[in-house]
Amino acid sequence: MNSAVGVRVALIIFVVAILQVSAFSSVTIGRGVPEVLLVALDSVALLRGTLTGAVAGFFAGLIVDVATLGTLGLTSLLLTLVGYWAGRYGETTGRGRPHAPVLAALAATVFVGIGGYAIQSMLGEPISARVVLVALPAALIWNTALIYPVFGLTRRIVGAPERADRAREVELLV
Amino acid sequence: MVGILVVLALVLMTFSFRKPDSGPVASVESAAASALRPFTIAGERVAQPFRDVYGWADSLLTARSDAKRLRAETEALRQQVIQNQFAANENANLKALLVFRDGPRFPDDYTGLAAAVIARPSGSFAQEVVVAAGSNDGVALDAPVVTADGFLGHVTRVYSRSSRVTLLSDEQLAVSAIAVKSGAAGIVKHGRGSASTLIFDRVPKKVKVSVGDTIVTAGWRSSRLASLYPKGIPIGRVTSVGQADTDLWKQIQVEPFADFERVDAVLILVLKDGQK
Repeated sequence: MNSAVGVRVALIIFVVAILQVSAFSSVTIGRGVPEVLLVALDSVALLRGTLTGAVAGFFAGLIVDVATLGTLGLTSLLLTLVGYWAGRYGETTGRGRPHAPVLAALAATVFVGIGGYAIQSMLGEPISARVVLVALPAALIWNTALIYPVFGLTRRIVGAPERADRAREVELLV
Repeated sequence: MVGILVVLALVLMTFSFRKPDSGPVASVESAAASALRPFTIAGERVAQPFRDVYGWADSLLTARSDAKRLRAETEALRQQVIQNQFAANENANLKALLVFRDGPRFPDDYTGLAAAVIARPSGSFAQEVVVAAGSNDGVALDAPVVTADGFLGHVTRVYSRSSRVTLLSDEQLAVSAIAVKSGAAGIVKHGRGSASTLIFDRVPKKVKVSVGDTIVTAGWRSSRLASLYPKGIPIGRVTSVGQADTDLWKQIQVEPFADFERVDAVLILVLKDGQK
């Protein structure tokens, strides 16, 4: 990945993370909040691979944790894993498949919801699983609706992955 | 590389969780939060017009029924204000005669520090907001926070230029409260469903509480201990009252006056000089 693409990815993540905490998180419809940051991270990871996905996830989480004065590292941990997994999915099974962004967004939403609940519970926070379960379906609908526009926009900004950027492995060109 | 990032996140989490308000990690977080503050304020300002349009469109749907309800409420309140004025005068005279010593009261003994909401966690775990006022502005830890409608929560973390407010709809927060009409005392905490419902808990079955009763903060004081919140901050209105043979307490649901899901600005209460 060249430096120009790296700067663009950093800008996307920074701007979306700031907008997520200051604007999107107050839009509550059907008990769910649009997780634009999660969807943007998914898109970046699908397009640019595991390393970019994981690094972008780490810093996106850090921005969210700092801006919301939350426990540092909590969102970073979740988003690093999401970025890594989405990148890996984009490089392997999901490569070239039109439904890959939707599947990645759905899996990431479920992972962040349940993973976040698990970590908070381990930290001793009194959280009701019901709150997570009630919010999850609405978040899934929101994120499914958002993924294609956000993915398209991200693709225009950071560009499609080049063949040299992809993982070096056997690819059948039949 | 990914392993390093995961370990780094875990290390940050450990330090931040163990010492949330002091230590090097807290200092770095405070400095970073100050650096991000202009960006979150800018994001908030960009989003504000869109939120206003949404709020305006949303309020149009209920405008007719709201107007009817408010007209009826105004009529009832007009009568009540006159009666209350008499009662307040009488109360003041009797207190003066008794040289009565009272705790700090809302709003007379507090000054309000207005602050804009600049960030919110987007997950469903935390019912918190970050406001653009910190210790430099006089905000103290545990300070009560209200909106124009009623009680909102309290300050749980303070940095130099921003603070975190935990809302009453959060699972960690509860406030001692009383029903204005009956004087029934209990604890108001989050409901099991959405943030728009609270529970007035620990109210004995023999006490009478009716639908429509107003619930306010109790502001108790006993020897060296005192409630964090002053007496008389409106919290909400009772929407349902029930009781079961198997329960020790009444089951009372309260609709909060403050809208926890749409908070744009808050008032942080700071005790006036000389008050304790």
